[in-house]
Amino acid sequence: MYRINRKEVLAPSVNLFEIKAPAVAEKARPGQFVILRVDSEGERIPLTIADFDREKGAITCVFQEVGKTTRVLGALNEGDSVKDFVGPLGEPSRIEYYGHIVCVGGGVGVAPVYPIARALKEAGNKVTGIIGARTGELVFWEDKMRAACSELRVTTDDGSYAGKGFVTDVLTEVIKESNDIVLCIAIGPLPMMRAVCNLTREYGLKTVVSLNSIMVDGTGMCGSCRVTVGGETKFACVDGPEFDGHQVDFAEMARRALIYKPQEKLSLERYLNESEHQCGCSHRGENNDNRVQK
Amino acid sequence: MDAVIEVKIMTTEYKNKKTLVPNKYDMPVQEPVQRIKNFQEVALGYDEETAAAEAARCLQCKQAPCCRGCPVEVDIPAFIKLAARKDFAGAIKKIKEKNALPAVCGRVCPQENQCEKFCTLGKKHNPVAIGRIERFCADRELHNGAVPQEVAAATGKKVAVVGSGPAGLTCAADLAKLGHKATVFEALHVAGGVLMYGIPEFRLPKAVVQEEVENLKKLGIDIRVNAVVGKLATVDELMEKDGFDAVFIGTGAGLPYFMKIPGENACGVYSANEFLTRTNLMKAYLFPGYDTPIRVGRKVAVLGGGNVAMDSARTALRLGAEESWIVYRRSRVELPARHEEIEHAEEEGVKFRFLTSPTRILYNDDYWVTGMECLRYELGEADDSGRRRPVPIKGSEFVIDVDTVVVAIGQGPNPLVPRTTNGLECSKKGNIIADPETGATSKPGVFAGGDVVSGAATVILAMGAGRKAANSIHAYLSGQTTTNS
Ligand SMILES: Cc1cc2nc3c(=O)[nH]c(=O)nc-3n(C[C@H](O)[C@H](O)[C@H](O)COP(=O)(O)OP(=O)(O)OC[C@H]3O[C@@H](n4cnc5c(N)ncnc54)[C@H](O)[C@@H]3O)c2cc1C
Ligand SMILES: Cc1cc2nc3c(=O)[nH]c(=O)nc-3n(C[C@H](O)[C@H](O)[C@H](O)COP(=O)(O)OP(=O)(O)OC[C@H]3O[C@@H](n4cnc5c(N)ncnc54)[C@H](O)[C@@H]3O)c2cc1C
Ligand code: SF4
Ligand code: FES
Repeated sequence: MYRINRKEVLAPSVNLFEIKAPAVAEKARPGQFVILRVDSEGERIPLTIADFDREKGAITCVFQEVGKTTRVLGALNEGDSVKDFVGPLGEPSRIEYYGHIVCVGGGVGVAPVYPIARALKEAGNKVTGIIGARTGELVFWEDKMRAACSELRVTTDDGSYAGKGFVTDVLTEVIKESNDIVLCIAIGPLPMMRAVCNLTREYGLKTVVSLNSIMVDGTGMCGSCRVTVGGETKFACVDGPEFDGHQVDFAEMARRALIYKPQEKLSLERYLNESEHQCGCSHRGENNDNRVQK
Repeated sequence: MDAVIEVKIMTTEYKNKKTLVPNKYDMPVQEPVQRIKNFQEVALGYDEETAAAEAARCLQCKQAPCCRGCPVEVDIPAFIKLAARKDFAGAIKKIKEKNALPAVCGRVCPQENQCEKFCTLGKKHNPVAIGRIERFCADRELHNGAVPQEVAAATGKKVAVVGSGPAGLTCAADLAKLGHKATVFEALHVAGGVLMYGIPEFRLPKAVVQEEVENLKKLGIDIRVNAVVGKLATVDELMEKDGFDAVFIGTGAGLPYFMKIPGENACGVYSANEFLTRTNLMKAYLFPGYDTPIRVGRKVAVLGGGNVAMDSARTALRLGAEESWIVYRRSRVELPARHEEIEHAEEEGVKFRFLTSPTRILYNDDYWVTGMECLRYELGEADDSGRRRPVPIKGSEFVIDVDTVVVAIGQGPNPLVPRTTNGLECSKKGNIIADPETGATSKPGVFAGGDVVSGAATVILAMGAGRKAANSIHAYLSGQTTTNS
């Protein structure tokens, strides 16, 4: 069992967990992820490592409640435990000196971008951060990101906080202002990463994305997570999750993300009905903010 | 092909011990119509009387040719003799001297190619049903509580075992018996390897595997699940930092091969590993009670002809497919699966398309599979394996109407451990190179065995390799030999 040391609600239906897993914390590096299972009937779900503390032996994950498992998870509190927690999985980000880099985090993608931005800045890079959310109340970790980046810009789709516009609008600005950007790292919902890649391709700006294809084992054993990159099949869990965004077949990814849509819907409805019966809980229907593509 | 016929033979009346009973006693099974609707075990197991009667068929041959066919050298006539006297506790003790997982082996070993192939009775009649008797003895023990096993005094030596499949578990069990502290590291959330994630519940109930694992734990083995070696500590770190005196690598052949044909990433195409893992390990057949989903359409094609393919085709039927096809490049006689599994698959209505191989998978606008284009093959010259090589017939393309495809054409070794271990020699295919007698690798103190060395093989061969490695690790730790000798 892996104990939740700390829980923080970052935004409506966006939670932060700090989970005790000393062995994982010792090895964790930016860009990697964990797979967890809430209980013995549970699904294995991947979550990116948003931070790690080797001294405390803890891993921080930030997740958005989108379906049954993330809701069950979101209903847990400090002191509760999850049954299984395995990692660090995937290849870490390549942290080295590049020069000027833009790090783009959309929605909950801000969390996985954060340790990468921090490490890149520590490696001597100039890091321009861009964070975007649908609306003001969904913006989180602005301070942390500001500290991790050389410069930070914030935007909301509806303009309710900071600037109005999509992250791609801000990215266009940034690219136009400075002609020394050599790399873009973009993490967020699939449509956002796709849009960023379409934009940066025009400018010939190399872009790294972190792919969240559907996974089971996360060790290269099943092939559920396969994605096409540069015309070749790759397993996102072991070959990635980061890839050259300009090579990724996003159309394929978007369709593969929907494979279990009917089951996911059923599972969620069943869960909501049950939790309504038992606790009349306020969860029901509150979150239709599903940034993961429908 | 004896075993194929054997299943059909009617139950023979009990005979007096002295008279020769030509046929095996039938294995009671769940009827096909019933069993394709559930995931419960197909073969129900002998009862005590039948087990003893079957054991009484044994001639107790002096030469015991059966033992020659057993990769772990179980003293077959000895345990059968005890079973015939209904001393089942004695029988299981005898088996366990050599075989750490008898309830598993009794169910999944290809006995027709092993012990039973050499049985004297098999020359004219049916061989003794060695596997079924073994299973009965093992199940009885699981039911009545394990017979305690002796463990040598602690040596103070620590061995890390990477992977908890049959190779790793056997190696750990043998090391524990020899007094060494074995710690097993397993990437998944349960121990058992393919026994848990691959072989279906209806052939090998997961509770049986877990009971066997629990019995092994009683020997003092420490099993750490959720521990991916190479991502957490590497093999080098286990030895240098964590104080392990030796390491055994039994990481199996878990990397699924694909056909590399167009359309293979379409929705509805699964690797057998994914298909079986979702179903067995994650219990997708109990969805939504269990959270992991699986999607099976009306018509399923399974590519391949081994146990993995049979398991996938039979699983598809149980998940509700109307049609389940085995699409195999070669012909019927070359099917590498256990005979009993082929029989059971046929009884359940699995259909076969031999001498056929796909060229591309067709899909609709939503990227879902709508069909599979195939080529017909004919048999040509014999190849390296001695089997006639299938050659495609030009222009014979045709389309099979399917909506789900399961690729079961084989697995390779997972590269993670080899890639993260300094000085570990591997073959071109990525298998670890190890001495077949000792399991010693190119790296001192590191041993390997099972599918990661041999390529995808069998449970018993993996166990045999685990046992040999345990013995040579023991010798290595006792300073009798070095790994590089
Ligand atoms: C490498 C990786 C890192 C991720 N990091 C984060 C993160 O840091 N924070 C976060 O909020 N989310 C992250 N995700 C996505 C997260 O895993 C899914 O939101 C979660 O699995 C949804 O489960 P559910 O039961 O709540 O929703 P469901 O209703 O089951 O699914 C909602 C959507 O999530 C996706 N999904 C479902 N099951 C899986 C699965 N087993 N593996 C991957 N995706 C799945 C599907 O596209 C689906 O449409 C990551 C995914 C991957 C692959
Ligand atoms: C569907 C299917 C049906 C089969 N049917 C039969 C049958 O009927 N009869 C028969 O004899 N054989 C059968 N086999 C073959 C048999 O199961 C294998 O030969 C056998 O399990 C190999 O044992 P192993 O211990 O070498 O590896 P595995 O059983 O593959 O176990 C390896 C273990 O190592 C773990 N691992 C891998 N990498 C790491 C790492 N880096 N860190 C920690 N752990 C790791 C894996 O998660 C796995 O649990 C079947 C195989 C399959 C897939
Ligand atoms: S060969 Fe057959 S009959 Fe002879 S001892 Fe072995 S099991 Fe018995
Ligand atoms: S999740 Fe199974 S191979 Fe990537």
